[in-house]
Amino acid sequence: MSTPTIDRAELARQFRTFIDPAFVIEDDETIRPYECDGLSMYCEMPWLVVLPETVEQVQQAMRLCHEHKVPVVARGAGTGLSAGAMPHAEGVVLSLAKFNRILQIDPLARTARLQPGVRNLAISEEAAQYGLYYGPDPSSQIACTIGGNVAENSGGVHCLKYGLTVHNILSVEMVTVEGEKLVVGSDALDGCGMDMLALMTGSEGLLGIVTEVKVRLLPKPEQAQVVMAGFDSVQNAGDAVGGVIAHGIIPGGLEMMDGFAIVAAEDFAQAGYPRDAAALLLCEVDGTAEEVQEHIEQASNLFRSFGATSIRVSQSEEERALLWKGRKSAFPAVGRISPDYYCMDGTIPRRHLAYVLTEMQKMSEHYGLRVANVFHAGDGNMHPLILFDANVPGEFERTEEFGGAILSMCVNVGGCITGEHGVGVEKIRQMAIQFDDLELAQFHALKAAFDPDGLLNPGKGVPALRHCQEYRSLEHKAHAAEA
Amino acid sequence: MADKTQTLQQQVYAALAEERKLSIVGGGSKAFMGRQTDVETTPLNLSEHTGIVDYQPVELVLTVRAGTPLKEIDAALAEHNQCLSFEPPHFSARSTIGGTLACNQSGPGRPWTYSVRDQVLGLRLINGKAEHLHFGGQVMKNVAGYDVSRLQAGALGCLGVITEVSLKVMPRPASSLTLVQVMDLEDAIPYMNQRAGEPKPLTGACWVDGKLYLRLAGAQSAVEATAHHWDGDVLEDAGDFWAALRDQKLDFFAGDAPLWRFSVNSTAANPPMDGDWLVDWGGAQRWYRGEATMGDMEPLAEAAGGQVSLFRGGDRRGEVMHRQAQPLQQIQQRLKQAFDPDGVFNPGRLYSWL
Repeated sequence: MSTPTIDRAELARQFRTFIDPAFVIEDDETIRPYECDGLSMYCEMPWLVVLPETVEQVQQAMRLCHEHKVPVVARGAGTGLSAGAMPHAEGVVLSLAKFNRILQIDPLARTARLQPGVRNLAISEEAAQYGLYYGPDPSSQIACTIGGNVAENSGGVHCLKYGLTVHNILSVEMVTVEGEKLVVGSDALDGCGMDMLALMTGSEGLLGIVTEVKVRLLPKPEQAQVVMAGFDSVQNAGDAVGGVIAHGIIPGGLEMMDGFAIVAAEDFAQAGYPRDAAALLLCEVDGTAEEVQEHIEQASNLFRSFGATSIRVSQSEEERALLWKGRKSAFPAVGRISPDYYCMDGTIPRRHLAYVLTEMQKMSEHYGLRVANVFHAGDGNMHPLILFDANVPGEFERTEEFGGAILSMCVNVGGCITGEHGVGVEKIRQMAIQFDDLELAQFHALKAAFDPDGLLNPGKGVPALRHCQEYRSLEHKAHAAEA
Repeated sequence: MADKTQTLQQQVYAALAEERKLSIVGGGSKAFMGRQTDVETTPLNLSEHTGIVDYQPVELVLTVRAGTPLKEIDAALAEHNQCLSFEPPHFSARSTIGGTLACNQSGPGRPWTYSVRDQVLGLRLINGKAEHLHFGGQVMKNVAGYDVSRLQAGALGCLGVITEVSLKVMPRPASSLTLVQVMDLEDAIPYMNQRAGEPKPLTGACWVDGKLYLRLAGAQSAVEATAHHWDGDVLEDAGDFWAALRDQKLDFFAGDAPLWRFSVNSTAANPPMDGDWLVDWGGAQRWYRGEATMGDMEPLAEAAGGQVSLFRGGDRRGEVMHRQAQPLQQIQQRLKQAFDPDGVFNPGRLYSWL
């Protein structure tokens, strides 16, 4: 990446010629909130923050930055958990916060046309009047935006059945690094040529700026019910998940928590979780009334046959909400018992669950840091929460090391370093474990097809090859030392 | 059951050294797709590169070599009461999973039970430098790196040779039933969309020859209760109908008249072209039989919110895929350059400019 050919003051002056001067932010105090995203351990103060209000302004901003080789970091709500929206020290943060309108809902076609700053939950709230909703529901759905969801290919609790962002969008309007506007996808389910829509989804702001999104909406299921099952071993709970799926039931949501997380969540939410269980499953079945009844019965019986020590089926909407409340508040619940926590995001083939959790316990002892586990059990996506205290010198560094070791283990058992939070800055070193140099070089070549100067979100997503060898040899040494 | 990766990789090396072009072939059942060109090519045959590498029914994940015939995969999955939810067309008994992905072929359930592109979790690919690379993985959630796996769907092999594919598989529905009723095309399109907006186990909606077919599939109780409330007669041997639709064996598909595929907004009014139409995917995929030019068809498809391709027959020396907007064409040319700098694979098959 080359250095900017314009200074900060002149860039600000030029922005003010076409963006409302109130939204060209230059002073440190107003910039401060933009220094990080949801992963606040990684901070950087940018040159400028701009908040354009029209697509034309976004195009013009991109043309200006492109001409002067200024890095651009696009930002939605800033809820990301991989520092994907961390600013560049000599770059511009381009906030899409002003693009917050739902442009159209077509109830017959079951689609919604959205500006990128529309909040995820707001889509379902608006669609509810037509009996429709938007499938992907990341935990941050109250705040996170659809543009960010596209950038990260966000999932959520229901993605085993209803898919990720990539499965639920029809088209994206984007602005290229040169400031050109183009549309990938259409109103149809597929198109001719390479699947650029899939490529854009999850590209972490490295290929273009999303300025409009068309999503598919789903009919709201008639009914949903949840079975809670406690187990006295993680192995049994893991086997029970496999049992339900092998039986042909695809639950709307299937979540697991370990003993530590159960107690923390129960203390926080009083959801009625069995405090003595080693693992807890929440299995939600949705569909027609008949289907839900049939599947709830089958799932309960299966859980019993896999050794469940307690079972409870929600009998009302209130009870269903209460059972979920514990799971949904697992993060703040852990936050209450520790000054800080760090949320990891690896995915593993589920059959290795017991092994991975046992190993993680050993690492926890090795690093002297507690860990709680919440787990999208249906799809193998783990969210270990490492508890630490940032005020204790060296503790965050140990936490990072512990986290890196967890991700390496995920790759070693056939999984991956990130299920839904993205690589960003946070996991960029671990990319070298999941991919070899030729693969990373292919990613760089792909990126260059969109952004040859590397101005879009530089330093994120794909590591520079020269850093990979160093990291791999460090990893190798660490493993050798452990052995 | 054999791993021919090394042989394939050597063949790509040799082609590079000898400056030859390659045409990638699996079972050959989709040879009719894409453009015909005068470029001389050597076939790169994957039909011996077969076998299931890994199948974990409780994980819903299958990893398979690209040349594996679909029927072999179906049989393995059926043993565990699972299936490829995207119902890939079996244009012949030799149709392979690699070809299915490269051509992005999904059957009648596509709007409800995902497409092949949707269900791909990862793959291995030989690029135009003869490098064997892996992307994605064998787990359902994986956002590390660009989605090179799904980028292959519909690329007709122009970015590389898919050698191995990991897919999400699904349980077979416990029960299925099809309702059929007489209806005009104009009425059928909004009707299909209304039904698709109800929270019922609809997994197929097709209009052909003056009749509307709606397929219900899932838990038996749900299928029966829905069928009780919805109009239409229960179709006997419904499985045969949907398989024939999927494999293009219905009478509609017979004969030599060019076959056009419109992939459009499911609610769009049907393009004003006299002749034979078949509507599938709840209105989102429409087939037309007859002589026409791409230039005539493209505006009709755009008015319907989508794109058109000349699927089978007709003039295959011109473009057979909907034109790309200029900046998108440029990006795809650069992507081709990034994956296949010497243009070894399937030159001109997808577009004349690729």
